[in-house]
Amino acid sequence: MARSITPQRKMFNTALAWGIGLVIFFPILWTILTSFKSEADAIAFPPKFLFFDWTLENYSVVQDRSNYMRFLWNSVIIAGGSTLLGVIIAVPAAWSMAFVPSKWTKDILMWMLSTKMLPAVGVLYPMYLIFIKLGLLDTRTGLVIVLMLINLPIIVWMLYTYFKEIPGEILEAARMDGASLKAEILYVLTPMAIPGIASTILLNIILAWNESFWTLNLTAAKAAPLTAFIASYSSPEGLFYAKLSAASTMAIAPILIMGWFSQKQLVRGLTFGAVK
Amino acid sequence: MGKITLHGVRKSFGATDVIPGIDLTIENGEFVVFVGPSGCGKSTLLRLIAGLEDTSGGTIAIDGVDATDLPPAKRRLAMVFQSYALYPHMSVRKNIMFPLKMAGMEIGEATKRADAAAKVLNLTDYMERKPGQLSGGQRQRVAIGRAIVREPAAFLFDEPLSNLDAALRVNMRQEITELHQSLKTTMIYVTHDQVEAMTMADKIVVLNAGNIEQVGSPLELYNAPVNTFVAGFIGSPKMNLIGGAEAAKHGAATIGIRPEHLDVVQSGGWKGVVGLSEHLGSDTFLKVATDDVGIINVRAGGEVVLRHGDTVHLAPQPGKIHRFGADGKSLA
Repeated sequence: MARSITPQRKMFNTALAWGIGLVIFFPILWTILTSFKSEADAIAFPPKFLFFDWTLENYSVVQDRSNYMRFLWNSVIIAGGSTLLGVIIAVPAAWSMAFVPSKWTKDILMWMLSTKMLPAVGVLYPMYLIFIKLGLLDTRTGLVIVLMLINLPIIVWMLYTYFKEIPGEILEAARMDGASLKAEILYVLTPMAIPGIASTILLNIILAWNESFWTLNLTAAKAAPLTAFIASYSSPEGLFYAKLSAASTMAIAPILIMGWFSQKQLVRGLTFGAVK
Repeated sequence: MGKITLHGVRKSFGATDVIPGIDLTIENGEFVVFVGPSGCGKSTLLRLIAGLEDTSGGTIAIDGVDATDLPPAKRRLAMVFQSYALYPHMSVRKNIMFPLKMAGMEIGEATKRADAAAKVLNLTDYMERKPGQLSGGQRQRVAIGRAIVREPAAFLFDEPLSNLDAALRVNMRQEITELHQSLKTTMIYVTHDQVEAMTMADKIVVLNAGNIEQVGSPLELYNAPVNTFVAGFIGSPKMNLIGGAEAAKHGAATIGIRPEHLDVVQSGGWKGVVGLSEHLGSDTFLKVATDDVGIINVRAGGEVVLRHGDTVHLAPQPGKIHRFGADGKSLA
């Protein structure tokens, strides 16, 4: 029998859920609101919530002072490129782990994931030197490679979980039907795993878009993405909260909109395998 | 052509020998059924023939050509899986045409062949549907369609009817037999259901713990089982196997008598009390607890009206007693 919930209880739960949602969303909301305030209103105490002089001045200042489109374009290339490269490498890797596992497969997966536990700053110095030696410093190629490497364990792990759900007999049927390994992956495995691959791509674009440690440390002017664009507004001459907020809003808007439209796919991706 | 020869075929997983060594010849056009209890290695043997598993030793030849190290696609065999293994994202037509596409066949010819297969299997109206929109029986037909368009040297069936309900299973069983009669292509069929084995096979291979116990026609296996394992496995209800003094009277360690070879008589024979009585209309299955030979299964005529607690006398029909030695082998 389904558990019955009283209407009061249901209302309380709804209110609680909304409350928690608002608390989580509040910093983003506050950033967006602050971006429409004057610098004076932005630091006013007590803080002004909705009743202030709304202005678009910060946005025009930010747009005048820096080339938003260039940063945006760098972000798109770095996030998209690193994810695409990662998926191209991860699909065959996850295929072999899911369908022709060896006795080391589980250990390899754990080892790959364990690299995510290493603090990034621990390898900053060697990475920086390698980047200088290879001439990759402040290049989009360099960032595509480094972000791909950072997110590769997650991509492989997610795809592995999806592929594990695909019955092996279907791939065997393809083999019996004369499919080569390439045909098997291209015509049978990939189409069946499209929902999984899509949510993996989405999640990794978001991770790469928001990555700030490497993007800040390995770029200067040419390859800097939107994270560097935001950071450039926390200047040593003092913080300009309203302009910083406008820059932040502009930086997070594309990914926020993308996340909003694909939330169904994302939730499925993140909870996949949790319940069966 | 589709003659398959296994010579000393072995398979081990780690230290476990699943198939210690099998020699078997399957003639062109034969319908061969591998039958045996769960875990006897029958599916593994089929997968070795298919090339989906690598052998640990021995050779597999198809039409005289060594195929032991050939990949599945190069063996000219088609397989129908228990789970159907259809491609869920493709329409029925695309499923059936997939092997032809992989073979690089020109699209017009492939379509023509798929349509012909669909006609044979009554799938013409479902060609544009996805497998998810089909019933179990239709899905199995698509899987068969996908196998027949390739015109393979032999068909391999891995318990293809296990997922179907009883009525549909009987239908599909007949359809597969008819298909074999019209195509005359070698078929190897794996099942744990001895009724399927008896009704479909030209030749039955009874497997136990990775070894072949007996190879023969259904009636050979029924009439002359070589050992107690085959005697107990083939036939439904199971053959009664009796040891002790009663067997010694016949000069054997064990005697076997099929339930249908016992007559219910007025007096004499083995006396016992009916424990369970199942009336099927055409037959009556009795489970009788006897004083001399323990629990005995009896298959009596539908007209026999006996109930729980009734006393009966059972007499084995003359000439129908199978004798087995202490090693379980038939004493002929």
